[in-house]
Amino acid sequence: MAETAASGNFKVIGTRPVRPDGVDKVTGRAKFGADYSFPGMLHGKVLRSPHAHALIKLIKIDKALALPGVKAIVTSADLPEAENKSEQAGEMAVNPRHLSANILARGKVLYDGHAIAAVAATSPHIAEEALRLIEVDYEILPPVMTVDAAMAPGAPILIADLRNKEEGDKPTNVATHYQFKRGDVEAGFKSADFIVEREFNTAMVHQGYIEPHNAVGIYNADGNATIYCSTQGIFDVRLLSSQVLGVEVGKIRVVPAEIGGGFGGKTTVYLEPLSVLLSKKTGAPVKLTMSRAEVLRATGPTSGSKIKIKMGATRDGRLVAAQIWMAYEAGAYPGSPVGAGAMTIVAPYTVENFLIDGYDVVVNRPKTAAYRAPGATNAAFASETVIDELAEKCGIDPLDFRIKNGVQEGSPQVVGPPYKRIGYLQTVEAIKNSPHYKSKLTGANRGRGVASGFWFNAGMQSSAIVNIHPDGTASVVTGSPDIGGSRASMAMIAAEVLGIPMTDVRPVVADTDSIGHTDVTAGSRVTFATGMAVYEAARDAARQLVERAAKAWEKKPEEVELRDGMLHTKGNGVPPVSIKQLAPRFPRTGGPIVGRASLNARGVGPAFACACVDVEVDPETGKVQILRATVAQDAGKAIHPSYVEGQMQGGTAQGIGWALNEEYFYDAKGILRNTGLLDYRMPTCLDLPAIDAIIVEVPNPGHPLGVRGVGEVSIVPPPAAIANAIYRATGVRMTETPMSPPKLLKAILRHRSSAANAKAAG
Amino acid sequence: MSKKTLVEATINGEATEFLCEPRQSLLECLRDVLELTGSKEGCLTGDCGACTIIVDGRVVDSCLMLGVEANGKTISTIEGMAIAGQLHPLQRKFLEHAALQCGICTPGFLMSAKSLLDRNPNPSEADVRYALAGNLCRCTGYDKIVRAVLDAAAEMRGCGAGKAATR
Repeated sequence: MAETAASGNFKVIGTRPVRPDGVDKVTGRAKFGADYSFPGMLHGKVLRSPHAHALIKLIKIDKALALPGVKAIVTSADLPEAENKSEQAGEMAVNPRHLSANILARGKVLYDGHAIAAVAATSPHIAEEALRLIEVDYEILPPVMTVDAAMAPGAPILIADLRNKEEGDKPTNVATHYQFKRGDVEAGFKSADFIVEREFNTAMVHQGYIEPHNAVGIYNADGNATIYCSTQGIFDVRLLSSQVLGVEVGKIRVVPAEIGGGFGGKTTVYLEPLSVLLSKKTGAPVKLTMSRAEVLRATGPTSGSKIKIKMGATRDGRLVAAQIWMAYEAGAYPGSPVGAGAMTIVAPYTVENFLIDGYDVVVNRPKTAAYRAPGATNAAFASETVIDELAEKCGIDPLDFRIKNGVQEGSPQVVGPPYKRIGYLQTVEAIKNSPHYKSKLTGANRGRGVASGFWFNAGMQSSAIVNIHPDGTASVVTGSPDIGGSRASMAMIAAEVLGIPMTDVRPVVADTDSIGHTDVTAGSRVTFATGMAVYEAARDAARQLVERAAKAWEKKPEEVELRDGMLHTKGNGVPPVSIKQLAPRFPRTGGPIVGRASLNARGVGPAFACACVDVEVDPETGKVQILRATVAQDAGKAIHPSYVEGQMQGGTAQGIGWALNEEYFYDAKGILRNTGLLDYRMPTCLDLPAIDAIIVEVPNPGHPLGVRGVGEVSIVPPPAAIANAIYRATGVRMTETPMSPPKLLKAILRHRSSAANAKAAG
Repeated sequence: MSKKTLVEATINGEATEFLCEPRQSLLECLRDVLELTGSKEGCLTGDCGACTIIVDGRVVDSCLMLGVEANGKTISTIEGMAIAGQLHPLQRKFLEHAALQCGICTPGFLMSAKSLLDRNPNPSEADVRYALAGNLCRCTGYDKIVRAVLDAAAEMRGCGAGKAATR
């Protein structure tokens, strides 16, 4: 029977087999959302606002409708009024009214790129021509682009009926104020020997998945609709589309296409409801795909933020107090990850006294969506830089400082209850003992920095089915879109439990009618929660195999066991048979064997990472080259180590891009000026070194195999690690991202002139 | 609106004819006219490389070329990389090294890597990174992609199983 984390005696788990969907993906055969087409299919395009903030006075569509080839045009008038309420959908809270208004603006546009109308035509080019013929009268309003501007007294109000608990009936741009506290901050600071206080600003950044959003909607005359799309959560697409369209959930089927990256950005809907709406109006399948500019202008990036942070430590390196004020750009509608940011910002440390205030602020930018450990990277940029500075003041190695203050089993979490078994200190030790950290960095303008990261990870609902085939092989069916190789992990878990080779297990990602509810592929939850469901479903199948063998052999089930894919009788008895040999008896012993599990996964194991980065700064241009990068992360248990390393390397690369290059660049009118991938500059392979990934395995006690989930936390440390490395290379403490050449050069010149002034004065 | 033009080209070894509008990119023709959807659209501005193909021996972003410009050209796409069901060593090494996560950029990377190895069978790591710099991958951090290409090159040179890339 199955091995557990405790025994650790695995045959399949921990090996590195080729992924089951691999051949499809290296031959171009894999079908991503934009690859679907159907007979008679029409093509849709979306008209978007050229203004950041404006009232829509009038939309005239008659000229566009008259263009030959145009079949239908929809505006928000075609959508029902959605409810103004906050509702949990997967990881996020969703307000259906805001969601609907984001999909088609209702009376007001709130950002450059806000959708206003959608056209279906016989070709995408005709649809695009039609967009130019739609006339919209706007009354332009002043744009509110930053949290400072949005929180200023007398600021223009984005959403007339937005209120928060503290301001009563006063219109506001602050959707929510979060507060977390412990101990007595004032007393804490009094006991500190060193206090560091700084303000940090981070720019809005995008997930940057290579595949633009897409959807094909097919509405049938019987009132049922099918959506083919690339999404992280088919059940979320179903729920959110039903809310926007005012259709029962059961009338919508969502079929998962392969998904070309998401990182949190494909956990909501943009085109999906439009594809159904246009299909309903035209009677034909309708496909919509976004251009890259639409992806950048109008899908959810993650928040830019302002963080004011003050931390204190005693001379011997004990963190004693933290006071933090943080405001995150929510974008056009409430829902930034500032709450998560506030709960992560001191999560790796045992600080006796803290007071953390977080503000969710609407601004005239696209509504933000999740991005890999949402909220945590902004937060860690601030806290991990200040911790580096405190360690320096105390004269303690920055890793030792982290070990001294780091959380472990039993330490209180920010929200109170103690951590269960966690591997934070082990990740710091792993970096400390790495060849990278032990090596000496030499050369001018070079520096080394370290930083840590925390992420909660998520549990939530998952379902799985394990079918045993007549030849002794199996299929494992889940509802978790495979965004980074999770089919391999699902097959490996089932193979481990059944004792058969991984190549004998075929993993399938099913549509919303073919598998039980399964929450989004997000929160690093697939290998943890869906993996737990697969483990249980395979155990269910194994139990049935044992019962059938017992029946065939006229034994009691307790007298039979499944070991290494063979059914044995305990003690002396019948010679063992394989699952394949038993399979012909299925029909006469009760029919097919289908193992099932559905669960709401508890026992989430938090993730920690620690990164070490070497940089070289060009003092003439301010350009930073990453010379070397190493990341250590606690996986709990790595099911497929290559894909765990891949998550760590990919997260690190995104963190490096966030740190050095990426930013949303708006002009004074609130128009996004870098809407292409040349100007929204993500790292290429020339920008990055090899990234060493050290997998730490401290089993999660809340999972039968010890799994924590590995998808997110590695993005958190790099910006602070790079800032700390830049400091050692140049003497400059950077407090804003991106640390791009113009910003860094300015800081270096300022530093030089103040040093020169100090010398002259001294 | 515009009349369609007949284009004749050799695509993955087959003499091929197709009709296209003058405004259609070669990428759109490959995907929507010829149903060769292995080439992907990531940007339509030549920045991401997901649509990379090989035209007369040179790597090209097929989104930057018009369909009509393909007339008389010899074109290779990802669909022609495996021959008679046998994966190209690059395809195999991408799988062995887990050099893909979501897989949307993979066809483009494979075409760029193939073009590199066709020209330079013994590339350094720097050569590989330079040759692949026109392809964006957001999932992997490129580490495993670079190793897979170096390993494939070593195997194709007859150096056995990838000494160059393991460590």
